[in-house]
Amino acid sequence: MELLIKNGFVYDPINGVNGEKMDIATRDGKIVENVNESKALKIDASGMMVMPGGVDIHCHIAGSEVNTGRLLRPEDHFRDFERKTPKTRSGVGYSVPSTFTTGYRYARMGYTTIMNPSMPPLEAKHTHEELNDTPMLDKATYPLLGDWWFVLEYLKDGKIEECARYVAWMMTTTKGYAIKIVNPGGLEAWGSGRNVSSIDDQVPYFGTTSREIIRGLCKVNKLLNLPHTIHVHTNNLGKPGNYLTALDTMKCVEDLASGDKPAIHITHCQFCAFKGSDWRTIKSGAEEIAKYVNNHSHVTLDTGQVIFTDTTTMTADGPFQYGLHELSGNKWVNHDVETETSSGIVPFRYRRKSYVHAIQWSTGLELALLVRDPWKIFMTTDHPNGGPFIYYPRIIAWFMSRKARETTLKKINPRAESRSLLPSTDRELSFYEIAIMTRAGQANALGLKDKGHLGTGADADIAVYNINPETTDPSKKYRTVRRAFENAAYTIKGGKIVAKNGEILRHVKGATMWLDVQVSEPIKITEEMKRRFREYWTVEYENYPVTENYLEVSHPTTIKADV
Amino acid sequence: MGYVKRKMTIVKAVTCPVCGSLCDDIELTIENGRIVKVKNGCAMCESKFLSHNSEHRVLKPLIRKNGKLVEVSLEEAVKRAAEILAEANYPILYGWSSTSCEATRVGLELAEEVGGVIDNTAVVCHGPSILSIQDIGISSCTLGQIRHRADLVVYWGSNPWSAHPRHIERYTAFSEGRFQRSAWKGYLTKIKASIAKKKIESALRRVFFRRKPSVPPQPRMELPPAMFKEGRKLIVIDVRKTKSAEIADYFMQVEPNKDYELLQAFRALIRDQEIDVDEVAGVPVGYLEEVADLMIRCGFGILFFGVGLTMSKGKLRNIDAALSLVRDLNMRTKFVIMPMRGHFNVAGANTVFTWQTGYPYAVDFSLGYPRYNPGETSVTDVLLRGESEASLIVASDPVANFPRKAAEHLVKNPLIVIDPHMSVTAQMADVVIPSAFVGIEASGTAYRMDHVPLPLKKVVDPPKGVLPDEEILRRILSEVRKLKRKMLVEAA
Ligand code: SF4
Ligand SMILES: [Zn+2]
Repeated sequence: MELLIKNGFVYDPINGVNGEKMDIATRDGKIVENVNESKALKIDASGMMVMPGGVDIHCHIAGSEVNTGRLLRPEDHFRDFERKTPKTRSGVGYSVPSTFTTGYRYARMGYTTIMNPSMPPLEAKHTHEELNDTPMLDKATYPLLGDWWFVLEYLKDGKIEECARYVAWMMTTTKGYAIKIVNPGGLEAWGSGRNVSSIDDQVPYFGTTSREIIRGLCKVNKLLNLPHTIHVHTNNLGKPGNYLTALDTMKCVEDLASGDKPAIHITHCQFCAFKGSDWRTIKSGAEEIAKYVNNHSHVTLDTGQVIFTDTTTMTADGPFQYGLHELSGNKWVNHDVETETSSGIVPFRYRRKSYVHAIQWSTGLELALLVRDPWKIFMTTDHPNGGPFIYYPRIIAWFMSRKARETTLKKINPRAESRSLLPSTDRELSFYEIAIMTRAGQANALGLKDKGHLGTGADADIAVYNINPETTDPSKKYRTVRRAFENAAYTIKGGKIVAKNGEILRHVKGATMWLDVQVSEPIKITEEMKRRFREYWTVEYENYPVTENYLEVSHPTTIKADV
Repeated sequence: MGYVKRKMTIVKAVTCPVCGSLCDDIELTIENGRIVKVKNGCAMCESKFLSHNSEHRVLKPLIRKNGKLVEVSLEEAVKRAAEILAEANYPILYGWSSTSCEATRVGLELAEEVGGVIDNTAVVCHGPSILSIQDIGISSCTLGQIRHRADLVVYWGSNPWSAHPRHIERYTAFSEGRFQRSAWKGYLTKIKASIAKKKIESALRRVFFRRKPSVPPQPRMELPPAMFKEGRKLIVIDVRKTKSAEIADYFMQVEPNKDYELLQAFRALIRDQEIDVDEVAGVPVGYLEEVADLMIRCGFGILFFGVGLTMSKGKLRNIDAALSLVRDLNMRTKFVIMPMRGHFNVAGANTVFTWQTGYPYAVDFSLGYPRYNPGETSVTDVLLRGESEASLIVASDPVANFPRKAAEHLVKNPLIVIDPHMSVTAQMADVVIPSAFVGIEASGTAYRMDHVPLPLKKVVDPPKGVLPDEEILRRILSEVRKLKRKMLVEAA
């Protein structure tokens, strides 16, 4: 199967292509040098933009907490549904869409790869079963490892290599892709109803600290040669003054970075960029964070932008979610997972007129604009925590247009408006920078060699947007930009046209990517290990792993570790 | 004489496909393709594994012809089932709690394809719990958290000793956790003591009275010493003194249908409000206060609730109150709550329904997208309104346990049953397709009551020609699609 996309303005930042008019050819799911023009299926992309398929580094779309979010919110789905068609399955939205709908909605926006960021290892089968039912996308998922007892125990004893071997085992066992750390130490404490409040607090009963967990797993990450860095949701998330914790977290691995390579990813950074001492005095800490990130090369961020809408918050951060429940009075789900992690869910509405919410909205955009290097900060909403992913086009418009920002600024809480740094920020991002922050940079940070670019050999995942960069000034025509990104003219997945102008033409499965981490001395499953297993968990060792038959389309990458 | 070598294998870590505890440490001995020994399981587990093949098994597909069920080929039965579903305007697809998630997944696709109503057995057990959770939320956890941390275990309207026999031993009061020891030893002494006490009492009665004492002893009038013991405590709250109640540190006998009052009294007490009456729901306020205090002072409490609460008077209100009680308790300490799910995979059915449709049960596809309105789109209501035109039942026996009027409507219309057993419903059916026992003769996935997914193993072969639910459903689905294509062509 050959495809030729002709005459588009190509944005391929990884290969340095900035809006040049080029043809893109694909054969059997890969980008190739050229194809036989007379035989290939042709797409006339003249007057349109061609980008690699979108990549989302952090969106909660599958697994136990997401599904409980769906269950918790019938009111979220009643008005937002999709009918069955001869090509597609039916489903419901809005902030926690059902699996098929999730896949279709991403595909309509030209996205082809997504990362599901919080998987409790014990419930990993659930995550993978849902990923199987999430079509149109290649996907991967991060096991939650920051509060896993094995990690806490080995790190306490300073046994980094031993810890690395277990993490390797866990990565392969759960078919995971990166080390996820959420409120390190705090989740274990939450198991007994407590929390930690700084990176140097002791984790009750375990004699270790958040700092040691982050540093330890950062070293483990390096020893294992994992393609992504540790992926960190900081302590004190969602609390006034927490930008200091975020800075502490970045600083604590400064010395572990090698060269210019990033060593830590701080996720949904907006939620940990609050200055001020309480909810009344809260303001943006974006300037301080951006300053640090601009001066250091070991950090990447994603924004966690807030959208003014009704959504469902869900994180593995049990104590944070409980706090949000107390604050909002909204219904609350808590789900702690033995030996590993916790999680919580609270529906939430971000209001323009709320001082705090408006500050959050502004902070997210400030981060994106004040961090100078787009390869260091990526666009997310921490879906659905800041808002549903379907609003990405709106964020792109804010990124690209002062005018778009001003229009919203006028409508927000006046006190928040007066404190916002946005009016003093002239920066308007280019399409090239958007391509970095929504695909190339994300693929780069994830170490996805075949994604996020259009060079020969890359996966033929391509988005064509109906917008002419030569004739459209995004600064003025931000609505046109938004509409173009809402429904890609063409979304191509694995060399096949799967969506066109918002219509799904083909239901394709998409693969689940995972790491087969090979260490020189893998841990041995002795009787002793099985006994320990039985002590820690309530399931047998044999029933714990996600066997490969759980992945309908399995796409492992073999990683050779240094231990 | 020939010498036949007996082939014996042992399969470890088998998941028990009986109740929502989903114990996964069962060890089976297989001899010549038959299970001959079950280790680690409870009596319910043993009987399922040892006798799955003996009683009431259907082995051949059946179709009703001239009023009688006659054997047919699988192809014919599948075709007939597909015709029934494709022709019906508003079919029902019901069951799903005793099969694998994989089968349910196909079932949902089939329901969507035929524009029917799909529902699972939650509708007749923990449906109210789900509705309450959608209103209030739920503070919960996996069972291991309870084993490691809970120092207070409460069972309300649930008798695990009989319905989930290994629940207490594996996950709660008698299990050994990192931060909490098993309370097993204490109970042994207690049981011995109580047996001795009973013996002495009955001896005394025989010798001195030869009649029953006129006033029955009131065990709940005195606070048991266990209340002040160190470590884990077990409380049972129920309308009658069950087996579980007998081993509890404290048993609180609530008057029938008064659970709501008792729950509200607890809610008041933990908010430090005074209660102005002497007793609530038959329980003296003094004891209530004592137990409320225990709840507040514990380090980690868990409230398990069963159908005693969800199906007694006030259903929804009861669960609302229980969920709220536990939520409120989190202002004072760590407290969680969990429904005791009965069927081994009812949690899994809810889970798959939810990820594909957004809703856990009672999903109506008749408009081409998932609609959910329990009370309207639940099968029992559809049946009571007499609206359905055909039914497919998978691994369930609604004729035996639905309201009579609902069951009547069910059997009035074409009825397809997929089941390993010749159930009451199967006997009334128009098409019966025998299926393999999932978890014994077919593999798959099930979700424990705390939503931990566990693999179900295939340990022996099903009888010849008998397929797993998943496969049967796939064949029906593909046959339905063929028929619909044909109907389209004919219409054109
Ligand atoms: S308690 Fe339930 S799951 Fe466990 S062995 Fe008994 S019947 Fe099976
Ligand atoms: Zn997140």
